[in-house]
Amino acid sequence: MTTPFVHVENVAKRWNGQLGVENVSLSIPRGSFVALLGPSGCGKSTTLRLLSGLELPDEGRISIDGRDVTTAAPSDRNLSMVFQSYALFPHLNVAENVVFGLKVRRVAAAERREKLRRALEITGLLGYENRKPGELSGGQRQRVALARAIVANQPLCLMDEPLSNLDAKLRASVRKDIKKLQVDLGITVVYVTHDQTEAMSMADMVVLMKDGHIQQIGAPEDLYYRPANTFVAEFVGSPPMALIEGAALPGFEGVSLIGLRAENVHVTGPGQGRLRCQVSECEFLGSETFIGLTHPSATGLTVSMPGLKTIPAGQSLDIGFADEHLHFFDASGRRTETRPPRPAE
Amino acid sequence: MAHHVNIERRRQAIYGWLLLSPAAILLTTFAFYPSLATLWSSLFSRGTRRRPSEFVGTENYTDLFADPTFWKVVTNNLIYAGATIPISIAIALGMALWANSKIPARGFVRTAYFTPTVLPMIAAANLWLFFYTPGLGVLDQIGSLFGLPSVNWLGQPETALWAVIVVTIWKEAGFFMIFYLAALQTIPEDLKEAADIEGASRWTYTRRIVLPLLMPTTLFIMVNALINSVKLIDHLFILTKGGPNDASKLILYYIWEMAFAFFDAPHAAAMTIMVLVVLGIVAGIKFTILDKRTHYQ
Repeated sequence: MTTPFVHVENVAKRWNGQLGVENVSLSIPRGSFVALLGPSGCGKSTTLRLLSGLELPDEGRISIDGRDVTTAAPSDRNLSMVFQSYALFPHLNVAENVVFGLKVRRVAAAERREKLRRALEITGLLGYENRKPGELSGGQRQRVALARAIVANQPLCLMDEPLSNLDAKLRASVRKDIKKLQVDLGITVVYVTHDQTEAMSMADMVVLMKDGHIQQIGAPEDLYYRPANTFVAEFVGSPPMALIEGAALPGFEGVSLIGLRAENVHVTGPGQGRLRCQVSECEFLGSETFIGLTHPSATGLTVSMPGLKTIPAGQSLDIGFADEHLHFFDASGRRTETRPPRPAE
Repeated sequence: MAHHVNIERRRQAIYGWLLLSPAAILLTTFAFYPSLATLWSSLFSRGTRRRPSEFVGTENYTDLFADPTFWKVVTNNLIYAGATIPISIAIALGMALWANSKIPARGFVRTAYFTPTVLPMIAAANLWLFFYTPGLGVLDQIGSLFGLPSVNWLGQPETALWAVIVVTIWKEAGFFMIFYLAALQTIPEDLKEAADIEGASRWTYTRRIVLPLLMPTTLFIMVNALINSVKLIDHLFILTKGGPNDASKLILYYIWEMAFAFFDAPHAAAMTIMVLVVLGIVAGIKFTILDKRTHYQ
């Protein structure tokens, strides 16, 4: 039996009665890459700060590596952290920033030099030792923050939206670097992001949160193919899942909401589809065009068509889809596997 | 085309001079010209009805160097600066660090620390006069509780200067604290968090991160404290008038006496020039040597 590396049990944190996070339980296996995903204000950063010890929970227990650290100081938890703002010390140069923690822990100078060299090598910062953070670009600063986390050689690394201050192109390349680093070093990473692309592409396990509660925990494909509720369905995927009222589809009157992904929708000839919609806009993405559709009893309906398509807004379009691609949600928005019984004919 | 560019360039130059002129005119009238005039008058003898003033070169300066009171005043001022500058800065920093942390009644603490700064120096001096009064004063009242003898803090040469120093520190520390508080608030919270994660103690964090980041403020405060140590003499008029026996007399007070009590303007001018030169040199040293070691954000 393997115990999880990080274990969070029924943790709650409130500020002056206002909700931070509630009822958060998590088991993180050793060496995994976990993404805490959700819209802003959902409590993902709070969860990370509870793990780091920068905040202490009002309820619940947290253990790391089999040790109860619920009320332990951040430095006693054997973890490193990368901050959204990088939190580099502006008056210290790159080398001093990276070895700051080693100095605090009184690591010998020779060992410090060696570790520094390795960390800078891994992050591609050799030659920048004497620069101050103010003299570096955003991407380089980000790598200094990474180097500072690496040099500590802790088994757990917490990252709080480390890529949100980078431009889109850089973000994609650093994303790969971080993932590679995590695999190479064999560390466990807990990664906070509001960007589902980051979460889906990097993580082994995604924790989707909303309003301080966990909505779903699972592999990226679980969240995509088996969303636990309508929030997950509408958050994950680009474009997100469309939701159709059951009453609008003949034969599904018993279901509250029906979910449908854009890639499972196809355009049919007039009068042959299952829903008649109006085109609202066309979004050209190069290899395909997303055509936004409106229907009085559906939200987020989109159909993807290959290549460039321009269809004037307001034009009617019939769409079809197969029953096996439908997701069903009950009145409270929770996923139900049971296909509703067909009403008696 | 070239003609047009020339006109444009001239227009820009005129515009620049127009922007500069208000400050230039005011500074010239009230700072540069008086300084030069002071320098000039320090080179002339004091004119009387029978003997008009005449050019004497550096004679006024050599007179001063031979004057034991001058040396007494210089020593006093060095002690005064040597005590008020570091102590008021240290207290200001301590108060700022404390008033910046998460303590109950933080607003009250900050206001309380700042109150001495709001009081006019004359009012503060009167307040302290009451503290120091032998027999009746608060200090003696407290002392008598412990059976200590009455002390005439302002009336004896051994304690007078130190009594004045205490008032100055009390007055200045709250003012400097405000600058430190402002600077502390520009240090991002996550630096503390990053240091916490690395296991840095509060002391290490303060020494390695906070103090270096406060260096620009410290430098600014040091220059201000230096200027104040020469400039701040209002309380002398209330507390000691430089006495007893010149024990608490500071340079500026002596200059004032020289000029307006003894009506010896040339010697006062000579002293003023020396103060200016010394202040200029010290400020120059601070800004060249310390500036290199200071990180500006």
